[in-house]
Amino acid sequence: MSTILAVLVDGVIYASWLFIIAAGLTLIYGVMRILNMAHGSLYALGAYVAASLAGAWLRAGWAPMGSYAMLVLAALVVALVVGPLIERGLLRFCYGRDEVVLVLVTYALFLIIEDVIKLGWGVESYFIYEPYGLLGNVEIGALSYPLYSAVLVGAAVLVGVGLRFGIYGTRFGKLLVAVIHDREVSAAMGINVNRVYLVTFTLGTFLAAVGGALTAPTVSVVPGMGVETIVLAFAVVVIGGLGSMQGAALGALIVGLVRSAAVHFFPQVELFSIYLVMALVLAVRPRGLFVAAEARKI
Amino acid sequence: MKQTSKSRSRITRLAAVVAGAALLLPPAARAEEPKFRIGVVTFLSGAAAGPFGVPARNGAEVLAEAINGGKLPAPYAKPGIGGRPIELVFLDEAGGTTKQVSEFRDLVQRQKVDAVIGYISSGDCLAVAPVAEELKALTIFFDCGTPRIFEDAAYKYVFRTSSHAAMDNVAAALYVTEMMPKAKKIAGINQNYAWGQDSWSDFEASMQVLRPGVSVTTSQMPKLLAGQYGAEISALMAGSPDVIHSSFWGGDLDAFVLQAVPRGALKKSTAVLTCGETATHKLGGQIPDGTMIGARGPHGAYAPDNELNKFFRTAYQDRFVLSPNYPAYHMSQSILGLKAAYEKAQGAGAAAPTQDQIIAAFEGLTFETPSGTIKMALGKGHQAVEETVYGQAKMVKGKLTFVNVKRYPAEKVNPPEGVKSADWIKAGFKAPK
Repeated sequence: MSTILAVLVDGVIYASWLFIIAAGLTLIYGVMRILNMAHGSLYALGAYVAASLAGAWLRAGWAPMGSYAMLVLAALVVALVVGPLIERGLLRFCYGRDEVVLVLVTYALFLIIEDVIKLGWGVESYFIYEPYGLLGNVEIGALSYPLYSAVLVGAAVLVGVGLRFGIYGTRFGKLLVAVIHDREVSAAMGINVNRVYLVTFTLGTFLAAVGGALTAPTVSVVPGMGVETIVLAFAVVVIGGLGSMQGAALGALIVGLVRSAAVHFFPQVELFSIYLVMALVLAVRPRGLFVAAEARKI
Repeated sequence: MKQTSKSRSRITRLAAVVAGAALLLPPAARAEEPKFRIGVVTFLSGAAAGPFGVPARNGAEVLAEAINGGKLPAPYAKPGIGGRPIELVFLDEAGGTTKQVSEFRDLVQRQKVDAVIGYISSGDCLAVAPVAEELKALTIFFDCGTPRIFEDAAYKYVFRTSSHAAMDNVAAALYVTEMMPKAKKIAGINQNYAWGQDSWSDFEASMQVLRPGVSVTTSQMPKLLAGQYGAEISALMAGSPDVIHSSFWGGDLDAFVLQAVPRGALKKSTAVLTCGETATHKLGGQIPDGTMIGARGPHGAYAPDNELNKFFRTAYQDRFVLSPNYPAYHMSQSILGLKAAYEKAQGAGAAAPTQDQIIAAFEGLTFETPSGTIKMALGKGHQAVEETVYGQAKMVKGKLTFVNVKRYPAEKVNPPEGVKSADWIKAGFKAPK
């Protein structure tokens, strides 16, 4: 019984972490039809900026609780500086091109940002572990979890609910849905598509960066940390259906629980478990769980 | 057409510059002894750069400079490698085995280095060894640990100047049984590739020999660079093992420690970290008292108090503030092994030894390093053995120290020549009949 509880708790924590990252990926794809390969490096950038800001905060001897604000601030800084820079400076010249071209463009961007990180921070590892243990622990069954994990779960719920409300409950959300549906007609109706794209990409960047910033206290921040994560995030959005927010949530939950169950019951197949799920889902629903079949346009 | 002529003229210009450079170079080089060019391959990017690759590069730089300046204590006072100044050509190990194999070919065939010293990842070593043989290029592995290299094959051109992983895990088991006479339940978390798998199977087999009937609560094998170990730590804790074995290294080791410590996983169980020494330099304050720390040989805080070590540690600290960690020590073993072999060949009468003469001198060589004496005793004289050391972490006034330090002589923790580690361990650390 306690093992099943542990599987659930571990699975939900892992799923929350994955969802925050995958949500940004699927948002950008859903609105802009860009499979953003650079998402992983934006995640890494979030982690680096968080390590620097929170590290500076703690070194200055200010209240340790403030380091959490620094994590969020780091994500905001990355989103507001790098997001518009990439969208206005690069991506807007590529709209209307084939999706594959944009994969190549964002892949190039991924490599560039990885090197920019190396230029800025070098290859040394950075640590900002204080926030992870600061809130104390909570006992669940026989196991002890840092309360920080609950923060992660809370953040994921907030992201999910916020996006759902933002898309379906606000004026901007309605404009967004219109643009998703048909970019040209929306533009003809007077919607400022460029602005919608700018806001969407900045928001997506924020989600990547906040994922990185919240991960930073649990790892050593090192070059290349984004690569492993982006592969998992891709698996999640493919399972859920590219561009679907509910899909990303369900995909993250499935991946989190399956991986956690594999770790607890069959550790020898853990490596393979996520891809097994992905293969099974794609065999039954080739476009992912939440994407409806579509008539092919000629 | 216009485009073509433009690019052609650019190529012509480039060729002219290259030719000009080639004209300029030789006289400068001829003025003194020819340089001894060493290709040094180590992680300069990726997760392993900070804790492994960069300290190894730093070690190589400090040592090459000291050797060229003739500043090293005896028996290495002669400047350069047999009088030839060392020139280091650095290469990044990141990018996977396929890339490493083609980069290796480039180093040997185009850059024409005199020797290659490199490789932290066991995967890279396994891939590069046959290519080194094919290209007949003297290659020294400085850090990778899998025993398979010389146990599954024999090489003429390949050497490894550090012990392989069997030693780390046999010694870990000896240390655990000595320090925890009542330990009955063990668990493991190791990376899912050659290094992690070999490490765990050697440790588990050694424990079965030393303490028959010991039970394994779980053996976790996450992917290399996985980064998130929440579920694994739960699974480890759920079995309440007495000992948690891990051969994690680099960023994975750091992340595991950072995630396991706040959950009390390394207090409820005692961890034995075979590569733990690299994490002590920056995360010392996080490592709980009693954690068993290995350094893959007598390196870092476990290094002997000899003149070479005093020199190496001081020179490294003067330049990089931090003290050298075990990958830096492993690097020093490779460079000094090469120097010793070259100069031994010179002593045998060859003023400018050929590669074959260097190899003949290297086989079975015994030489001194900052980590003590190294013997090329296994793999037909191509694989080193050295003593190894384990100790337990203890914070004293905010500084990490090591207590209960035990040294294990090379013969006790390495299989004899011609015997595979796995067979030697199963036969109770004796040669199987």
